[in-house]
Amino acid sequence: MLKIEPRGYESKFWRYASPVLALLLTGATSGLIFAAMGRPPGLTVYTFLIAPLLQQDGFEALVVKAAPLIMMGVGLSLAYRANVWNIGTDGQFTLGAICGGGMALAFPDAPAWAIFPAMIVAGAIGGMLNGGLVAWLRIRFNANEILTSLMFAYITQYLLVYLVTGPWRDPQGFGFPQTALFSDDALAPKLIEDTNVHIGVVLAPLIAIALWFMLEKTLLGYQFRVLGQATRAARFAGFSENRLVWIAMLISGGLAGLAGMLEATGTLGQLTTTLSPGYGFTAIIVAFLGRLNPLGVIPAGLLLALTYLGGDAAQINLGLPNAVTGIFQGILLFYLLGCDILLLNRFRWASTQAPTRAKAAQ
Amino acid sequence: MTALLVAFLVSTIAAATPLLLAATGELVVEKVGVLNLGVEGMMLAGAIAAFATANETGVTSLGVVAALVAGIALALLFAVVSLTLQANQTATGLALTIFGRGFSALVGAGYVGIPAPTLPKIHIPLLSDIPVLGPVVFGHDILVYLSLAILAVVAWCIRSTHLGLILRAVGDSHDAAHALGYPVVPIRYAAVAFGGALAGLAGAYMSLAYTPLWAQDMTAGRGWVAVALVTFSAWRPFWLLIGAWFFGALMYLSLYVQALGVAVPSALLSALPYIGTVIVLVLISRDARRIRLHRPAMLGRPFQSRA
Amino acid sequence: MNDPMRTGPLLTMTGMTKQYPGCLANDHVSLTVERNQIHALLGENGAGKSTLVKTIYGVVKPDAGEIIWQGQKVAIQNPGHAQRLGVGMVFQHFSLFEALTVTENIALGLGSARERIGLRERIVRISNEYGLPLDPDRVVHDLSVGERQRIEIVRCLLQNPKLLIMDEPTSVLTPSEVKKLFVTLRRLAAEGCSILYISHKLEEVRALCSAATIMRFGKNVGECAPAEKTVKELAEIMINMTLHAPTPRPLTASSKPPRLVLDKLTIRSPHHFGTDLKAISLSLAGGEILGIAGIAGNGQSELMDALSGEVPAGKPESIMIDGVAAGHMGPHERRGIHGCFVPEERNGHGAVTAMTLAENAFLSGFTRQALVRFGIINTRKTAAFAEHIIRSFDVRTTGPKAEARSLSGGNLQKFLVGREVLQDPAVLVINQPTWGVDAGAALAIHEAIMALAEAGAAVMIISQDLDEIFVLADRIAVIAGGRVSAPVLKREATVESIGRLMGGTAAAEAPGEMALAE
Repeated sequence: MLKIEPRGYESKFWRYASPVLALLLTGATSGLIFAAMGRPPGLTVYTFLIAPLLQQDGFEALVVKAAPLIMMGVGLSLAYRANVWNIGTDGQFTLGAICGGGMALAFPDAPAWAIFPAMIVAGAIGGMLNGGLVAWLRIRFNANEILTSLMFAYITQYLLVYLVTGPWRDPQGFGFPQTALFSDDALAPKLIEDTNVHIGVVLAPLIAIALWFMLEKTLLGYQFRVLGQATRAARFAGFSENRLVWIAMLISGGLAGLAGMLEATGTLGQLTTTLSPGYGFTAIIVAFLGRLNPLGVIPAGLLLALTYLGGDAAQINLGLPNAVTGIFQGILLFYLLGCDILLLNRFRWASTQAPTRAKAAQ
Repeated sequence: MTALLVAFLVSTIAAATPLLLAATGELVVEKVGVLNLGVEGMMLAGAIAAFATANETGVTSLGVVAALVAGIALALLFAVVSLTLQANQTATGLALTIFGRGFSALVGAGYVGIPAPTLPKIHIPLLSDIPVLGPVVFGHDILVYLSLAILAVVAWCIRSTHLGLILRAVGDSHDAAHALGYPVVPIRYAAVAFGGALAGLAGAYMSLAYTPLWAQDMTAGRGWVAVALVTFSAWRPFWLLIGAWFFGALMYLSLYVQALGVAVPSALLSALPYIGTVIVLVLISRDARRIRLHRPAMLGRPFQSRA
Repeated sequence: MNDPMRTGPLLTMTGMTKQYPGCLANDHVSLTVERNQIHALLGENGAGKSTLVKTIYGVVKPDAGEIIWQGQKVAIQNPGHAQRLGVGMVFQHFSLFEALTVTENIALGLGSARERIGLRERIVRISNEYGLPLDPDRVVHDLSVGERQRIEIVRCLLQNPKLLIMDEPTSVLTPSEVKKLFVTLRRLAAEGCSILYISHKLEEVRALCSAATIMRFGKNVGECAPAEKTVKELAEIMINMTLHAPTPRPLTASSKPPRLVLDKLTIRSPHHFGTDLKAISLSLAGGEILGIAGIAGNGQSELMDALSGEVPAGKPESIMIDGVAAGHMGPHERRGIHGCFVPEERNGHGAVTAMTLAENAFLSGFTRQALVRFGIINTRKTAAFAEHIIRSFDVRTTGPKAEARSLSGGNLQKFLVGREVLQDPAVLVINQPTWGVDAGAALAIHEAIMALAEAGAAVMIISQDLDEIFVLADRIAVIAGGRVSAPVLKREATVESIGRLMGGTAAAEAPGEMALAE
């Protein structure tokens, strides 16, 4: 019988090898699923993970897709380290886009130097409002943040639908559920002409590096790590749990809001009813794949961005439904979590020798 | 006026049924100390399994069976990762939700917009024809009655049987249960599978009876509301029923008011059940001591035996 | 006819071996328990006693070894099997369910549905018969530790065991409760139920047991009749070294100005089943060690939390450290005015197990040791501080980068005590200084505490171990039901007088000769 046996310490090797193993297993499992669906597994995995990069502008598309995922994933890795389970980043993303976009719609003639910075602030504040509300409800009323943050994601989505089908609908939009296009000054500055590569693409890794420094090198980051590992030890040291919950929700919410605002102004140029293609849940996977380490989140964000592009490619080239992305992501998270048992444990073939042979399996 | 009242009561019971089924399952899961946040994913898997099977075979009862199988299969996936491999239960539950959404969307891609056979409403001669009482009490489909029966059995089992005592014991202290020789992990596997079966059933109700169509993410957060309901009930079955009816009424009202053409925009009315969930959660959670008193002590804690 | 079912030893174990990862818990251990015998299994924490008895009870599966039960070779599969053979066990950390009633708890420990018939009445009968009063309908979380132990004993007795295993049963009892327990155990042995009594308390073993098996580092190191040995001889076999008791200190006159003053400290516990602190008033001078005795669950952890600042006190003046009102300060600020604290639980309270020793040194040391500049951690200085603790307290580890969970209990406790002692505290409060710690580490910790008091600090030790209190303290007070008795000088206190206070209500009982004091 295969037995799980604690090592008594954390394996350095598996800390890095476990996500790689999870990826390999996910690839293999996906191949099996494709084979079961009657598709050649090799070609499908190739279409999914390699082909999008070989396309013209493939790399640009990848980094643009990855930027919001990295921003949200970084915020989540911080929150999850402190055992703050924000799973409603979709809502914070959307409220950020609403606030930032609303600013652009309200002041279409504002001077160029003022409008975009103001929108950045508005976007972050939008996300922080949503996240802060969750923090307040948890601290003041002890309400579980998993449920409240998710409920706010639904509520915010309906708010967005209300705005773009109601008061903010573009009068010249032939009744389509969308707002007017933002003015040119209100669009995220482009890094490369004639592409979608906007300022968020450099902002995201910079934020990741800054938060990595905060988490690993500062007293505040230490407080987050202690709180996540042992609440009582954090109290013993004199760290305020409430304060840390506030900070975690404000940072993860603010970053999601910023990501939402950049998505609206960098790639869409207006608000529509579907701003987030499930980024909220994907960001959770990004955070875990990055080992809840902000630096690890950067490659993780790129990889998950690739699965979105791969989903599109698979749809166009192979006629596979786009939803393949979701199943791929779910399998990946399962394997990531499952493989982590190797950090503190090893598998061993238990010898079933004479004196203790159990007739009934225990 | 009577017609309105009947419509309200009938619709409330219908809207409450998937919540009640899923929440009853989750209640049992949490009683043994496991937090499975994948209810939404299991419901979606159940919904598409039921819909696709009913659609292909034309037999709704086969659809219901398929939903049970799908719910159990996903629940076992959760159990392997969180109980055997001891991963964080919160994160594993999220993985299950993500996987269930992806899985149902993938399978359901070919079924969008086509009708399927609908679960028939039971008609009992005479009884179903009684004004008001007839349609409200005797006019539903089989799953509505089944959901109430399951709740009653679960309530009785937990409260008055030795099996229920063992379940409560495992949720109260897995170490003590282990020391007394109870197989903690297999018991938890069984409870998680039971929760998955009921979530699958809740999904089947959604796609075969409530809105007999397949649409991506058609459960629209009901799985999460079910999880919230368990907290709301403070792990007591009777309050689960009250909570489910309350949310059922809220869901019906948000639709009904929209149909009336009231000046409030429909999008905001649709948000009503979610706002309601937040408010109820806040009201219920305020008394932290009370929650701690009722919550299974091992909820969400990993168990590792040393033998 | 010699029927081994009726004569010969009740239980013989030979060559019992159990390997855990990184630890050989049992190494070819032998044990023989005769009929009608109260047999002691002696050894330090970590000597492998618990592993051995869990093997008898079917909780632990041995890697090798032979068990002969009433002349028959058996392989005990699980606790149910052990119960059917006639083995009952009372665990050290009770295997009880807090949220369930006494009857429900006992029902869960019985093998079959048939045994549950008329259970409630049988519980009442057995508990009355053996002097173990119990209300079958009460929920466990409302019961005292002594009552909880009775549940376990009654649960075993209901199955008419031939062997009753008791794992450190007296560590949670008052002296008078211990006395009653011994009466019950002697009666059981006389009625034909052998008892395997696990303890590291030598006085008790000498008073109660007719035979003893002594273990050290997972091996047998001796068999003896305990009454024929002195406590010192037994201890030396047990830990394989000559004991030198710490030199008793001259009692300090409490004329020095008080460094820690509690004035009617009153706090309602935030937990449903916690103990409220009721008007606690105490005064500690520099150079003094005050011992707070008491049975677990009488407000020790609440008092600790109140003193460390994890739970703020009602009034700022109710806690004064060196004349500064500290009641509203958090732990961090209290450290700022030279208050240091060692909580009872090492894992996850005093230390973060998954973090390195350096990171754990930082946990409570960053204020006083100035390990932070502009919000950034000074890693080098932190490692140096950890290194300093490791060297000063002889912590056996690979260095500051080792994870706390890789240390043994004794070594980690030395590290945590060292972390506070080396910060030159004015006031040091330690809850259970040597709980679950080997004798060598315990001695080192005791010496450090005394040296600290010698240097002028006010030290409060909260301990369930009366021996420890009598070794260390200058004055002794007792915590019971959230109240603290007026401290008495050690030379005026006796085990009996302190024991009566520990029982709370025990004051009403007739003072009698202690069973274990002979």
